[in-house]
Amino acid sequence: MTAPSLYAFVGALLFLVGLYGALARRHLVRKILAVNLMASGTFLLLIALPATAAAGPPDPAPRAMVLTGIVVAVSATAFALALARRVRAEQGRPLLPGDASEAAQGPTDDR
Amino acid sequence: MTADPTVAHWIVGPILLPLLAAALAFAAPPRARPWLAAAGVLGALLTAALLAAHLPAAGPLHYRVGGWPSPLGVLLVADGLSLTLVLTTTAIVAAATSYAAAYLHPAPDAPGHPSAAPHFWPLWLFVCAALNAVFLAGDLFNAYVTLELLGLASVGLIALSGGPALGAGMRYLLVTLVGSMAYLMGVALLYAATGSLDLPAIAPALAASPQASLAVALVTAGLLLKTALFPLHFWLPPAHASALGPVSAVLSALVVKATFVLTLRLWHQAFPDLALPAARDLLGALGALAVLWGGLQALRQQRLKALVAYSTVAQVGYLFLAFPLLHGPGAADAWRGVVYLALAHAFAKSALFLAAGVILRVTGDDTVAALPGAAKRLPLTVFTIGLAGVSLMGLPPTSGFIGKWLLLTTAIAAERWWIAAVLVAGGLLTAAYMFRVLAKALLPAAAAVTRERLPPALGWSAFALALAGVALGLATSAPLGLIDIGAPPAVAEAAP
Repeated sequence: MTAPSLYAFVGALLFLVGLYGALARRHLVRKILAVNLMASGTFLLLIALPATAAAGPPDPAPRAMVLTGIVVAVSATAFALALARRVRAEQGRPLLPGDASEAAQGPTDDR
Repeated sequence: MTADPTVAHWIVGPILLPLLAAALAFAAPPRARPWLAAAGVLGALLTAALLAAHLPAAGPLHYRVGGWPSPLGVLLVADGLSLTLVLTTTAIVAAATSYAAAYLHPAPDAPGHPSAAPHFWPLWLFVCAALNAVFLAGDLFNAYVTLELLGLASVGLIALSGGPALGAGMRYLLVTLVGSMAYLMGVALLYAATGSLDLPAIAPALAASPQASLAVALVTAGLLLKTALFPLHFWLPPAHASALGPVSAVLSALVVKATFVLTLRLWHQAFPDLALPAARDLLGALGALAVLWGGLQALRQQRLKALVAYSTVAQVGYLFLAFPLLHGPGAADAWRGVVYLALAHAFAKSALFLAAGVILRVTGDDTVAALPGAAKRLPLTVFTIGLAGVSLMGLPPTSGFIGKWLLLTTAIAAERWWIAAVLVAGGLLTAAYMFRVLAKALLPAAAAVTRERLPPALGWSAFALALAGVALGLATSAPLGLIDIGAPPAVAEAAP
């Protein structure tokens, strides 16, 4: 396995781990981190995939895309964290509404 | 080429003017903000109308912002599809702006009330600019960035209501971020396969392969999640029902259309050859389930705004019901029908949510059970619900009828009976839940009621939108002519 295709494989793996976390975890900060993991995997794949295909000078377009994507991801994360704080202040727990009512009925470890 | 080459530059107007107004609205005194919003939105509407007037002579317009070449530059496309949607968006946001100004105006400094927050107008304008930018986007990555702007601004507007809207907004935010990541992953695969991000350049460079199929599946899944197609609709009803009246209207009428139009464009312009009949049938089947499920849920809702939100789940299904018809004979009529249905739903749904907002604000109670007496207290608002309902059901002479009729005749001509059956059954379900609302609203109240005095902008802007939905069913030649311009070759060639 060449280095770029290893990066691409790891990128796809990070995306899937992040997707699992976003669906399965209940704590909002864990969900937000999981979405960030998906973003990192996507960015890794964006850089690695064109590199597997072509030799020669590196293509600037994926770098521009990843830089833009990082800016978007940072803004979205900041906003999501601020909103998660408001949700916790409102509901007493950093969980989504459906998860919060389940949690109220039984013991939970807030995962 | 355009007769007047400077007209091409106007394409940035519908994006830049609301963005500029948004930036100014952050700094402007509160009193000036609604006026800035009106100026930004009307400027966008005027530039879009100017472009639309030039389009029949000039043909579809491809514009590179700043002259930067592909793939680093941003490509904007003004064709029939994008300008129809931009005109619809700016017209609806303009009416909703006058509504919102009146809706927020007399608000005292009640805690959590959005007028206390200085952020309503900038976010409102961001949503308008992002919608126009998504519709005009001609490359995959620009579409991603504008979708993120749209998602973040929409969630911000929902969260302004506070209370239960915070949880609903949080869920919407996570859903829209996960959807964006799936979309971007698909874009990464498409770029690796084709070396291009421009929609027109992707189709010829993309050969059928497992990688291409995976890319199409990821892009489509991400967009479907954001469009709330059944069974990915779970986040929509709480988010749309808990937002403020004008916000619900724009979210339900326009924001779900942004990702729908992008799906439509990608399937027919970027990868027409990869869109297999089986995949089209799958989208159509999900659309059929959405029509039935959304309609049945709407019938069961106790709150008016929740009913209208579930109606959106059903109406999104109608749009996807067209996908199996957009291939083969009659595809040109199906294309006209689905775009017409999208704009018919936008006008009817925005009118319904604005009217529901009036009822909630006046009575403080938007349960269906509390509606008796509404026709006497708010005659114009109940009439608006009736007009919008007729368009939603697809009865003549409304725009909803034109869209459904085009789809129905195509389905019958193509002998796709299940699609025709769902189109008719969905119309009956819509009639059932709309008549449930109207029947209650026309009942006399238990206690004596009098006609309410309202700021005129509230009732009349909702009424104007419902009326526009009817007028577009009477004056069809101009919109249909616009929709046809630049219809994708795969659709146009299949025309009889």
